[in-house]
Amino acid sequence: MSPNNIKQRSLHQLSITELNAGLRNKDFSSVELTQHFIERIERLDTRFNSFISTCSEQALAAANYADQQLANGNAGILCGIPIAHKDLFCTNGIRTSCGSKMLDNFVPPYDATIVENCSNAGAVVLGKTNMDEFAMGSSNENSFYGPSVNPWGENCVPGGSSGGSAAAVAAQLVPAATASDTGGSIRQPASFCGVTGLKPTYGRVSRWGMVAYASSLDQAGPITKNAEDAATMLNVLASFDKKDSTSIDEPKPDYTATLDQPLNGLRIGIPKEYFSDGIDPEVAKLTQEAISFYETLGASIKEVSLPHTQLAVPAYYVIAPAECSANLSRFDGVRYGYRCENPTDLEDLYKRSRAEGFGEEVKRRILVGAYALSAGYYDAYYRKAQQVRRLIKQDFDTVFKDVDLIASPTAPTPAFGLGEKTKDPVSMYLEDIYTLPVNLAGLPAISIPCGLTQQNKPVGLQLIGNYFSEALLLNSAHKFQQATDFHQQTAPNID
Amino acid sequence: MEWETVIGLEVHVQLATATKIFSGASTAFGAEPNTQACAIDLAMPGTLPVANEQAFRYAIMFGLAIDADIGKRSYFERKNYFYPDLPKGYQTTQLDQPIVGAGHIDIELDDGSTKRIRIHHAHLEEDAGKSLHEDFQGMSGIDLNRAGTPLIEIVSEPDMTNSDEAVAFAKKLHSIVTSLGICDGEMSQGSMRFDVNISVRPKGQVELGTRTETKNLNSFKFMEEAIALEVERQIDEIEDGREIIQQTRLYDADTKTARSMRSKEDANDYRYFPCPDLLPVIFDDAYIMQIKDNLPELPEARCARFISQYALSDYDAKQLAENAAIANYFEACTEQCGDAKLSANWVMGELAASLNTHELSIQNSPVSAGQLASVISRIKDKTISNKIAKQVFDALWNKEGEDADSIIEAKGLKQVSDTGALGTMIDEVIAANQKQVENYRNADADKRPKMLGFFVGQIMKLSKGQANPQLVNQLLQEKLNG
Repeated sequence: MSPNNIKQRSLHQLSITELNAGLRNKDFSSVELTQHFIERIERLDTRFNSFISTCSEQALAAANYADQQLANGNAGILCGIPIAHKDLFCTNGIRTSCGSKMLDNFVPPYDATIVENCSNAGAVVLGKTNMDEFAMGSSNENSFYGPSVNPWGENCVPGGSSGGSAAAVAAQLVPAATASDTGGSIRQPASFCGVTGLKPTYGRVSRWGMVAYASSLDQAGPITKNAEDAATMLNVLASFDKKDSTSIDEPKPDYTATLDQPLNGLRIGIPKEYFSDGIDPEVAKLTQEAISFYETLGASIKEVSLPHTQLAVPAYYVIAPAECSANLSRFDGVRYGYRCENPTDLEDLYKRSRAEGFGEEVKRRILVGAYALSAGYYDAYYRKAQQVRRLIKQDFDTVFKDVDLIASPTAPTPAFGLGEKTKDPVSMYLEDIYTLPVNLAGLPAISIPCGLTQQNKPVGLQLIGNYFSEALLLNSAHKFQQATDFHQQTAPNID
Repeated sequence: MEWETVIGLEVHVQLATATKIFSGASTAFGAEPNTQACAIDLAMPGTLPVANEQAFRYAIMFGLAIDADIGKRSYFERKNYFYPDLPKGYQTTQLDQPIVGAGHIDIELDDGSTKRIRIHHAHLEEDAGKSLHEDFQGMSGIDLNRAGTPLIEIVSEPDMTNSDEAVAFAKKLHSIVTSLGICDGEMSQGSMRFDVNISVRPKGQVELGTRTETKNLNSFKFMEEAIALEVERQIDEIEDGREIIQQTRLYDADTKTARSMRSKEDANDYRYFPCPDLLPVIFDDAYIMQIKDNLPELPEARCARFISQYALSDYDAKQLAENAAIANYFEACTEQCGDAKLSANWVMGELAASLNTHELSIQNSPVSAGQLASVISRIKDKTISNKIAKQVFDALWNKEGEDADSIIEAKGLKQVSDTGALGTMIDEVIAANQKQVENYRNADADKRPKMLGFFVGQIMKLSKGQANPQLVNQLLQEKLNG
């Protein structure tokens, strides 16, 4: 993109790469950029509700500092670039609510590692994005702060749990946002909102300071306008962290360095189980077309089988609730967070603080998890689910002997209507059928826009890679985006 | 009917690591409440545990010392229950694959025989904080300084049949962990805490009776009392036709009574599952061998060495070797003064008595091993008598000087061996006690030594204890006999 082209477009339309060029070229300052986005958030976010908190004052101070760094030539990778953090990443001095009444009053005295990484790279934090409470949900409707809505259709959900991050990027209220993915919470909202979402390999990005939902599945990643920006963001987010025992000390390549490599000889597998019952016909058609397009880019396509796919949802809904039932025990009204009024004794304090502080879906999952772990049921549920998890991992290991990537729809449907699935948790859980197996196996995957339905709803293509193949995923996504313009289509009425 | 008691112990041993098992906060005892609890110990949202390698090392040392299988693959689980002093709402502990497997400890019984007590396993876990139930106007205070302190929980088989055996086992365990240096052994600070499982059955019956667990005993004496009380209670219950109810009991050492804390029906379902924040830890043989090769000397080996190296009596050697801190003190003192026998006498005599009176452990002794060695050296070179040495020791205890020499100098306690000075004193005593002199001189030779004691005493009194007793004896005899 030439500087002239940058000047013709509004700041909010530019990618991180373009913003970086503009900042270094002194086309605009970080303060101007930051003010631009603050103005947009103030004006537009009453419609989208994508932010739970904003921190304009700190943002302008950070932008001012970034401008000095840019002038001094000390600029980091994200120097002066406005971003937003999902509201489950702890931010020192800025409320971190996790979308819950339980943490409505919680201001952490420390930064999550990824928040620190972004700050060290010079990023300017505009605020904290909306989410399903404690990252539990696929529609953002489980937020204590009300649902974020989809910029592509304001009666539609943005997906979840990182709905706020996806909606904010889609509405061009921020160029990029952090997000987290336990069963699809980066990729499904990215798909619903027509943006790019990357879930890295489990262990690639530190979990320190990310409020835990299901520790063995949670992984942070970026939501961006395109794959190139996702590569830039991953360069910042990924780090080995001694404070997270599950962080993996794997060499970190420059993810932007290999974006343009040709895809000749790339072998893509299509799991037959992913195009079965329950998939929306338009979603199937658009994703199949996108996959076919890869052939024109030099890839070969073959059908593969992931035979235990149908077991992923039930296994996930044992393992994730089991882990969450323990992870959320710390929210007990004793040390921080919500405490009920006038507790009569300890038991009353516990019961009412948790009953009043948690929302319905969180309570449902805590109950399911506690049940699955209880004496007499552990073997039938938890142990069995772990066995299924190993089988699912083996399915992928087998397939990755023959192919380099797996391609599929990100979600079986485009964005659905607000309130459409809230009465039926199981149909909501099935939203994550193509994304959950990836978390159970710990693999990396990316969702990129691959077209719009007749009702003008975005559809996402999911690419799944082998462990630590983020560079290949980003390269494959970038080459697709170089040859198509799906990712450049923007939601209506956002100016 | 004759009854038989069956006892098994679960022992919580605080490991002497500098920092906590999953955080970098200090484990030092006695700080202001909540000043040694970091974000991880407080279970702040988003914080994560990182295992302390030293805790594993210490647990492996214990395992090697009791000849146990070391769990080469070991992982942590979450034990879920709500309590205010348990910040995460679960305790991180081990269940399925503990670090230390089956082992054994041999105890010595009063009749001199030894008995083998089997250890079922020992596992690593984190300690909880403390609830403080006073001074908070109807509320409880929480101190999380202790939260996250590493523990090993040692679980014995029910191999003990009376409180003597249980106490001998507990003491042996104390001796092992302190000798290894993995625990400071400070019972009053909660460094070792005992849960006692007790059941009774008619003598000869194979089947075990219903057991109760008396929790959190932190002294050998309390343990002995609590066992006696519970055994008596159980026998009374059965003899009165009632059944023993499985329950957890608390012993109150002040009132010497115990009460039921909860019965089996109220017991928590702890919903254990592997902790996803901590990966399994795998040890290779080289790691374990390296620890084995560097294992400190254990009490039994040390006792044997004391007998051969220092020619101590069996009794003295055992007394000294049992407690590593005492054994270290004794050896340091011996090395500096060169007299093992005198060192042993002083460590077990004057020093032990003084420590006991002031309720101090040897680690906190006001008199260091080097200082005691300086006292013993002056006894050996006859600068001071044994009696004066006790004065010098007391002065050192009260921090009146740096070492024996400075105190002897400052207080003028040097033994008088000047024959001229002693002669003057003897003349004085003889002149003042003419009648006794006459009696002495008229007495038979075999009665004289005893009578001499009177004169020696007078001279010691006159010299304020500083006269060289041997010289006094010699000079007196010369003058009186002459």
